[in-house]
Amino acid sequence: MGLFILRRLGVMILTGLCLTFLVFTLTNLYPNLEKLAKTQGNFRMSDEEVSSFLEKGGYLQPLPVKYGEWLGVLPSHRYTNEDGSVQGRCILPGQDAAEAPNFCGILQGYWGFSTVFKEEVAGIVGKRLALTGKLMLWVMLLMVPSALILGVLAGMREGSATDRTLSTVAITTTATPEYVSGVILIAVFASSAVGLKWFKGTATSAMESANFENFFLPVLTIALYGMGYIARMTRASMAEVMTAQYIRTARLKGVSFPNIVMKHALRNALIAPFTVIMLQFPWLLNGVVIVETLFNYKGFGWTLVQAAGNNDIELLLGVSVVSVIVVLVTQLISDIGYVYLNPRISVS
Amino acid sequence: MTKWDYDGPILEIDKLSISFFTRLREIPAVMDFSVVVQPGEAVGLVGESGCGKSTVALGVMQDLGVNGRVVGGSIKFKGRDLGAMSQEELRDIRGSEIAMIYQEPMASLNPAMKIGKQLMEVPMIHEGTPEKEAYQRALEVVTDVKLPDPKRILNSYPHQLSGGQQQRIVIAMALMSKPSLLILDEPTTALDVTVEAAVVDLVKDLGKKYGTSMLFISHNLGLVLETCDRICVMYSGEAVETGSIEDVFDKMQHPYTQALFRSIPLPGADKNARPLKAIPGNFPLPHERPPGCNFGPRCDYFVDGLCNKDQAIKMQDIPGNDRHRSRCLRINEIDWAAPMALEDTKTKGAIGDVVLKMDNLKKYYEVAANALFGGSGATKVVKANETLSFEARESETLAIVGESGCGKSTFAKVLMGLETATEGKILLDNHEIQDTPIEKRDTKTVADVQMVFQNPFDTLNPSMTVGRQIIRALEIFKVGKNEAERRERMLSLLDLVKLPREFADRMPRQLSGGQKQRVGIARAFAGDARIVVADEPVSALDVSVQAAVTDLLMEIQREHKTTLLFISHDLSIVRYLSDRVMVMYLGHVVELGTTEQVFSPPYHPYTEALLSAVPIADTSVEKEHIVLEGDIPSAMNPPPGCPFQTRCRWKSKVPGGLCEKEVPPVRQMADGHQVKCHLSDEEFNNMTPVIKIAAE
Repeated sequence: MGLFILRRLGVMILTGLCLTFLVFTLTNLYPNLEKLAKTQGNFRMSDEEVSSFLEKGGYLQPLPVKYGEWLGVLPSHRYTNEDGSVQGRCILPGQDAAEAPNFCGILQGYWGFSTVFKEEVAGIVGKRLALTGKLMLWVMLLMVPSALILGVLAGMREGSATDRTLSTVAITTTATPEYVSGVILIAVFASSAVGLKWFKGTATSAMESANFENFFLPVLTIALYGMGYIARMTRASMAEVMTAQYIRTARLKGVSFPNIVMKHALRNALIAPFTVIMLQFPWLLNGVVIVETLFNYKGFGWTLVQAAGNNDIELLLGVSVVSVIVVLVTQLISDIGYVYLNPRISVS
Repeated sequence: MTKWDYDGPILEIDKLSISFFTRLREIPAVMDFSVVVQPGEAVGLVGESGCGKSTVALGVMQDLGVNGRVVGGSIKFKGRDLGAMSQEELRDIRGSEIAMIYQEPMASLNPAMKIGKQLMEVPMIHEGTPEKEAYQRALEVVTDVKLPDPKRILNSYPHQLSGGQQQRIVIAMALMSKPSLLILDEPTTALDVTVEAAVVDLVKDLGKKYGTSMLFISHNLGLVLETCDRICVMYSGEAVETGSIEDVFDKMQHPYTQALFRSIPLPGADKNARPLKAIPGNFPLPHERPPGCNFGPRCDYFVDGLCNKDQAIKMQDIPGNDRHRSRCLRINEIDWAAPMALEDTKTKGAIGDVVLKMDNLKKYYEVAANALFGGSGATKVVKANETLSFEARESETLAIVGESGCGKSTFAKVLMGLETATEGKILLDNHEIQDTPIEKRDTKTVADVQMVFQNPFDTLNPSMTVGRQIIRALEIFKVGKNEAERRERMLSLLDLVKLPREFADRMPRQLSGGQKQRVGIARAFAGDARIVVADEPVSALDVSVQAAVTDLLMEIQREHKTTLLFISHDLSIVRYLSDRVMVMYLGHVVELGTTEQVFSPPYHPYTEALLSAVPIADTSVEKEHIVLEGDIPSAMNPPPGCPFQTRCRWKSKVPGGLCEKEVPPVRQMADGHQVKCHLSDEEFNNMTPVIKIAAE
């Protein structure tokens, strides 16, 4: 088991390197750098001034070198100005060049400096991730149990009226994207359009103290979308299990219907949806972008939008590293959990 | 629930009719079916697939699904009508009073639940037994079904057991609360012959021990003969003949029963002198049944105007016999004792030169110890074939016999070029082909060595017409210059396998199993194959069709002088059609000789056990009863010394524990007869025949 996790970690690191390199390349394309120079300096810079700015910042080095510096495996670029002062990535404003470390990258824990928030990236990512984590936790708590119940109820008697009704609900919620359902929910429950002012249309205050009133709508918006999908998967898997021969065996053994569902079918039916549920985690990040912007909840998705909109290269990179890690870790959990659910697969 | 006492018959099915309802029509699956099971009695229900025997079983369980419904008649269990019971009452009876044993043990056990829990559930539901007692009871029953190490078994998951062990668990589960009626739905079809024999033995013993009545559903007449007291033959949804085993087997009174017996090979049958007689035509689909007698169109005694008159035919009592009834209008007119009209006897083609020669062929596989997550673990070597040496001659049928895992399919793969040999030689017309994979073989070699597969349902492309598939083979073998020529050749191939030419434009799904297998044969012979490997070509087919397909293979062989390598586990059919037999066990050839030599003593101990395990549908045959203990060892981890030593009953006759130390040498017994065994000549000479045909 330990060896298996180690091997998976190795693969994860490799995947992480490939993906971050890709993002790094795309964010470091010349037009992006030019824009960076102009937002950092001034918008009326001439081409020469732009290239001299980039030269000073070390942006014009070959891509692998820049990537190495960002990772922290190569000594970072330093530029001696005409006045003799030294500037570089590792030298924070007001710090003496001699005291600054030579290496500063992800490995050293230095994630860069956000040009939008004027803060260190690591701090921003940490803070925002915590906020989004809170949101995701509630989404999962609402989405997974209700999706499973929906799926199991629909799948245990395939083709029945319950099945048809629940399936229709599931399809409807999955077919409605967040930006539609969010707007509708706000219109119905939070605006004066309908008049049911049960909830707040903004979740800004939920960052400090979340309560049912200010947090339920964003949670529901994300949960609804994912719920339908998981419920469909669970239904299909449940319906298949219910026709299996061992269910007939159980039935002809005299097991009552509720017990057949709970004791015999459930574990087998959850094997397939489990992977899907784990896949929902990274996928939720996606929904989070829209919902957090919609409800003005300043979490991870909102930060991503800000970083992308303002060409904040370091922040974008930081965000993408976190996303990659979230995806890979959930995959690992999914594989391990699968082994526990399915006795036919064993890790030795 | 308390079990109530009742003196009368355990199960009375009276004029039962069951139909399935589809959107299009009502499909009658069972019509006017009556059977009575007395306490302690075992009744066999025999028929081909689709005849409704499993529907009867599910009808008794009242578990016909959403579409099925009992449309007439009644099923009484211990005097109570099952059809009138509520769901709760039925649930009480299921598992405690009526238990069922299923065809596929693997699929019938919950894969994600430990064996112990699945067993303990039964008494816990029905008798409210506390968990500890239930566990004790489970231990007891698992010991009863002769499984080793019951505690470990109770704590394992179904996939950790072998097929035979799983079936024993299913039997144990059925016996957990001592039911009065046991329904066995083809309980051994998925098992190997020697394992089957052991399971059948067990069921018989337990039936006696617990006094359970049994309804035994099978398509295998031999098996029914061994296990049951009474038999009911079904055809197309109706019972056509019921009676005691002796009456039905020896004094049959229905043309279908007679035809069924004539289409299965019995020990005395010989392919040239007494060929099998296939039942002509096809099994009617449930919605296409003919008017009058269902068997009419395929019956030898058919009389126009009588048998096809649109009327229901009633079961008639046969006077003089014990509850012997038959559904035939002409019982009194037919001379049942008349011997079978002999069709023209065929002469065997002369056996020609050696075309295929195996010399010390070996095939080893390396497998990772843990395929999914391993990689660093040590690799294990599976010795699928060990030192295979034999010759096959022109127009000869060489049968390769053995149970699953004995390496017969691996050998076929190596011969076909799907795998390459690890060591040794395969000589086809004196050139070596063992190291040439099929992609590198020239068209001629590929066309020369062809294969007929076991399962005709999976081997035809479902989205291509039959003709197209044969033409595709012709294109690959570069037969014919243009499309028209190939089409002509394809039609003549259809003639060869006796399929109507219109079938060229049909899709595989429109064909029955036997017809599909004929297409498979046509495809194999597309390039005038000289060596055809037939891998269990008839085991997926119904008995009445088996004979026709086997005969077809024989006929093509006579015409084309084909060398036929017939892989099978069915010794009756092997005896019937092969010239020479090779018996394999765990990758070793344990015996090789002419059919005559292999089927009479001296035997290799394994051959002896195999012969004893085969159920024979003939009341005049006496068999020596040999039951092999345990399962076939895994090829991953074969026993040291002789591969068969773990199950051999002769082991004690060899001095010095030689069997455990050394692989026995190949011994020449007689001309062309070789046996791989340590037994002394004296012991060999003292062996008695396993199968004896009692003097009339």
